[in-house]
Amino acid sequence: MNISAIRKIIFSAIGLILFIPAGISFYQSRHLKEPVVLSPGVSTVKRLSDYFPAIKGSTDDCHIYFFEGKEKGATLMILGGTHPEEPAGRLAPWLFAENAVMEKGRLIVVLSANRSASTVTRIGGGYPPDFTIPTAWGGQKFRMGDRWSNPLDQWPDPEVYIHYPSNQNLAYVDIRNLNRTWPGRPNGTLTEKTTYAFMELIRKENVDIFIDLHEAELQYPVISTIVTHEKGQELATMVSMMLTDMEGFNIGTEFSPKNLHGLSHREVGDYSNAISLLFEAPEPFLDATRGKTTREQLLTGKDAFVMKAGEHGLLFEKIDENGWPIDVRVGRHTSTILQTMESWTEDHPKKPLVCRNIPRYAEVIEKGIGTYLHDPKKANSKRVVFE
Amino acid sequence: MDFLTTIVTILYYLFIAYIVFILVLNLIKSKTWEKEILYIIVLIPFLLRLFRLK
Repeated sequence: MNISAIRKIIFSAIGLILFIPAGISFYQSRHLKEPVVLSPGVSTVKRLSDYFPAIKGSTDDCHIYFFEGKEKGATLMILGGTHPEEPAGRLAPWLFAENAVMEKGRLIVVLSANRSASTVTRIGGGYPPDFTIPTAWGGQKFRMGDRWSNPLDQWPDPEVYIHYPSNQNLAYVDIRNLNRTWPGRPNGTLTEKTTYAFMELIRKENVDIFIDLHEAELQYPVISTIVTHEKGQELATMVSMMLTDMEGFNIGTEFSPKNLHGLSHREVGDYSNAISLLFEAPEPFLDATRGKTTREQLLTGKDAFVMKAGEHGLLFEKIDENGWPIDVRVGRHTSTILQTMESWTEDHPKKPLVCRNIPRYAEVIEKGIGTYLHDPKKANSKRVVFE
Repeated sequence: MDFLTTIVTILYYLFIAYIVFILVLNLIKSKTWEKEILYIIVLIPFLLRLFRLK
């Protein structure tokens, strides 16, 4: 064997040494099982394919958690995981799935709306593959996720994405963005089929209020706010006023533009009877000017570079050395959901929504999210579901 | 649309397999160590996609 052949074998071996651990890491991240210990309030767990069989067996065939109140009332749906790289948008509904009990009305919870996007991280973004929320029993690991569906599930992207049915031209990559494909179509891409399936669910279950949970970078103007369809303007404004007055955090209200298509706050309101709302909390991890992209930065929301951007007046939300910890971000979402139920019930006493056992903003910050996550090893295995 | 998407996806994976084949062929034929390293580095993302890992 000559020197050239030996060299090629050595280089190939080094290549394999790089390829195999990377491949294992990506595989494990894509297949990480996240346990959900069902709250006693969960009456049924369905699949999204129960509403649109064409997605049965696909990555996006996620679980749907139903909570039936003792008394009849309205139906509220919480959609978590539209953008899995916004973890408060998954963790807040997770607290509902593991703790909520409905006294009046009905609650529908989704934790992984775009499950495909939760199985990949942003390519070239240097994201951690997962993060862990500390608990008294050790900690629970969650997939990090991305904004867009995994290219392994939907590829290639078109040169131009023409939104259906508006025919509006959107960024090509947003054909894999769950919050740009509403109301979806039955013969479209996986992401379009997923939003179509959710629309079927919303219509068949007669959802009255639909809430889509998000987080935003501090350099993005739509932040710390409720974006509302015109049907929900009064409700959103009341919720915003109550929270700002009573709970000590600022949250605004913005109206969904009529000509901006594909987003849940526009299309769910237009194509169903539901009031559609979208909540945004601050997440410095998403800012383009952030420092090192680490698990710590994700969970503490502390970042000297984003603070520097703030000193130059480049941000739409405040940030200081305390950052934006995940407990604060999740607490904002739980309080905003609970306040939505309360404000709705005041206006619709014959269609109430009353939920108990969910911590509000101050309580989440005081005790931490981990307090409300339960040990799957100690739970009845029939009451544990994996996302 | 479903049918077309499936066809395009299959073509895409065939294309990736072809590129992997060409890269390996060039690696075997190459005479300089710089090019050999280059081929190995370029191969990794194509292999990750071909095996549906990333």
